[in-house]
Amino acid sequence: MGEKIIEAISEMQEEESIKIVKEMLEDGVAPMNIMAKCKDAMEIVGERYEKGEYFVPQLIMAGEIMTQISDLTKEKIGEEETEEEEKIGKILMGTVNGDIHDIGKGIVNFNLEMNGFEVIDLGVNVAAEKYVEAIKEYSPDVVGMSCLLTIAFDPMKQTVDAINEAGLRDKVKIMIGGAPIDDRICEYTGADGWGENAVEAVTLAKKWVKE
Amino acid sequence: MRLSEDWDQLTPDEKYELRFKILMEAEGVEFANKEIEVKYQKTVKRIKDVVELKKPDRVPVIPLMNFYPAKYGGINAKEAMYDYDKLKAAWIKYHKDFEPDTLSSCFLIGSGPLFETLDYKLYNWPGNGTTDNFPYQCVEKEYMKAEEYDLMINDPSGYWMRYYLPRIFGSLAPWQKLAPFTDLVELPFVGAVMVPVGMPDVQEAYKKYLEAGQKAIEWIQAVGEIDGQVMATQGLPSLIAGFSKAPYDTIGDTLRGTRGIMMDMYRHPDKLIEAMEKLAPIMIEMGVRTATMNKSPFVFIPLHKGEDTFLSDDDYAKFYWPTLKSVIKGLIEEGCVPYIFVEGAYNKRLDYLADPDLPKGKIIWTFDKTDMKKAKKYLGNKACIGGNVSSSLLKMSEPEEVREYVRNLIDDVAGDGGYILSNGAALDVAEAENLKAMIETGKEYGKY
Repeated sequence: MGEKIIEAISEMQEEESIKIVKEMLEDGVAPMNIMAKCKDAMEIVGERYEKGEYFVPQLIMAGEIMTQISDLTKEKIGEEETEEEEKIGKILMGTVNGDIHDIGKGIVNFNLEMNGFEVIDLGVNVAAEKYVEAIKEYSPDVVGMSCLLTIAFDPMKQTVDAINEAGLRDKVKIMIGGAPIDDRICEYTGADGWGENAVEAVTLAKKWVKE
Repeated sequence: MRLSEDWDQLTPDEKYELRFKILMEAEGVEFANKEIEVKYQKTVKRIKDVVELKKPDRVPVIPLMNFYPAKYGGINAKEAMYDYDKLKAAWIKYHKDFEPDTLSSCFLIGSGPLFETLDYKLYNWPGNGTTDNFPYQCVEKEYMKAEEYDLMINDPSGYWMRYYLPRIFGSLAPWQKLAPFTDLVELPFVGAVMVPVGMPDVQEAYKKYLEAGQKAIEWIQAVGEIDGQVMATQGLPSLIAGFSKAPYDTIGDTLRGTRGIMMDMYRHPDKLIEAMEKLAPIMIEMGVRTATMNKSPFVFIPLHKGEDTFLSDDDYAKFYWPTLKSVIKGLIEEGCVPYIFVEGAYNKRLDYLADPDLPKGKIIWTFDKTDMKKAKKYLGNKACIGGNVSSSLLKMSEPEEVREYVRNLIDDVAGDGGYILSNGAALDVAEAENLKAMIETGKEYGKY
């Protein structure tokens, strides 16, 4: 049944996935083991996204299926201690001040998590001060800033400046992304790098945590 | 709407010619002088030529504006939406100083007081959810619920009135109590239908509705005055005349939201497709009517969620393209010219756009990040193309860099016509000298 659940999730068969999980739980399969299979399935989804076979609907649907499964297993996990796996790095993520778009950010977060990063998402419309406070609180390796609007170039720059002024600039690497971002904007904002898509965000973050 | 006695007998080509004739005549516009009138007519001719893939005198320069004219005029986004005098000064200054070939109507900026009266929930705007410098942004939510497809499909207008509007306009929330108008079929029903209208909160909602109407009149008078003055003193036609949308975007942008529509592709694919098919003629009617009202063949259609990175090719073919194609075809059959802004990149979709069912020389595609050489290759002898000069280039580089970029663009794709020079995403930020460099290079280097 383990292989069946992997296939059902990675092929976005929602009803089938839920049915299999319920059966597994009834059969006494440990929720931990179910979640491990789900993780394998999500990795397949992530790989297919990276290869350009899957797109936004598949990520959204897979995420939706996962939420339902984790709700089902949560009830059963109870006392069972969840084993925290080793993370390869910590990313602080947000959509910059003034901008409320978050679809792209969600995709980047998903891919980072699939690749072993811990992602702390500050949400949308995140003020520069909020970034600074969160860096102090969480000590991330990488700070990610997202935008869709061209008018968010300045808030990005202001956020980098604020991190500088707070004396935190050498503690983090900063990456930016979003539809209008390119080399010029990256240079303008003072970020360390930018990515065209979620795959490039993962590559950048991996490179930086290795350094 | 019939534009001539024999309108119903006219072929799409004849309707197209008549719409252009009406645009060319610009009835009711009192041009400042004969020279301006001639300039206007030359511009309309230049644009008509490129639509028809003929060689014009030079490349038409048609920038796509969002809030940039406000910024350039020294006012913030809030002032643009609330202070019509300031809006006017900024818009007139922009057109006077940059001399583009077309009018960028301030219609797109919208009215803060109107949205406040309606308690508009669908958008954040400056002073109402965004800061004073930021343009409005859509707040994505499931304003239409997944289980409401049948309600919408069976009676779209009724659905809009009784379900959708009460959710997006706080002031109209009580409208959810209204009965469908289709109940009004016989004498005894009249009373029943009118009862909810008498309820205190519904009456209050109607008062707001009437108030919103007044706000809209104040706003449209200002818009008419601003656009009218630019048109009359500078001789500029507008390409954003009529307005329509791809049915997938209609549902995905502001009814179900991105997340909602993408789950529907798995959970209710047939209902989603049925709803889009139902919306296609509604989108056509909206485009034709608004273009006719504005005495223009052009219908602006901004495309959003079919972008290269959003949907797989299969999903684009199944969900996005069929009803977009119906809308484009339907508009062309009524003699309109779809002026389609393709947001993001469409490098993988160009073969759809080159669909042999779409008649030649009847569309303008203006691109954001699509590879222009590739677009020329696919669409070169099918439709007019343009766009691509990025906000990043216009904001961050030096004028000489912009000139070089535009010259290369013209060398690559201007060919023997079928090309307009335009920026990519609608403009909010730029350096004035860079935008000037783009426009001047288009006019000088773009001579055929």
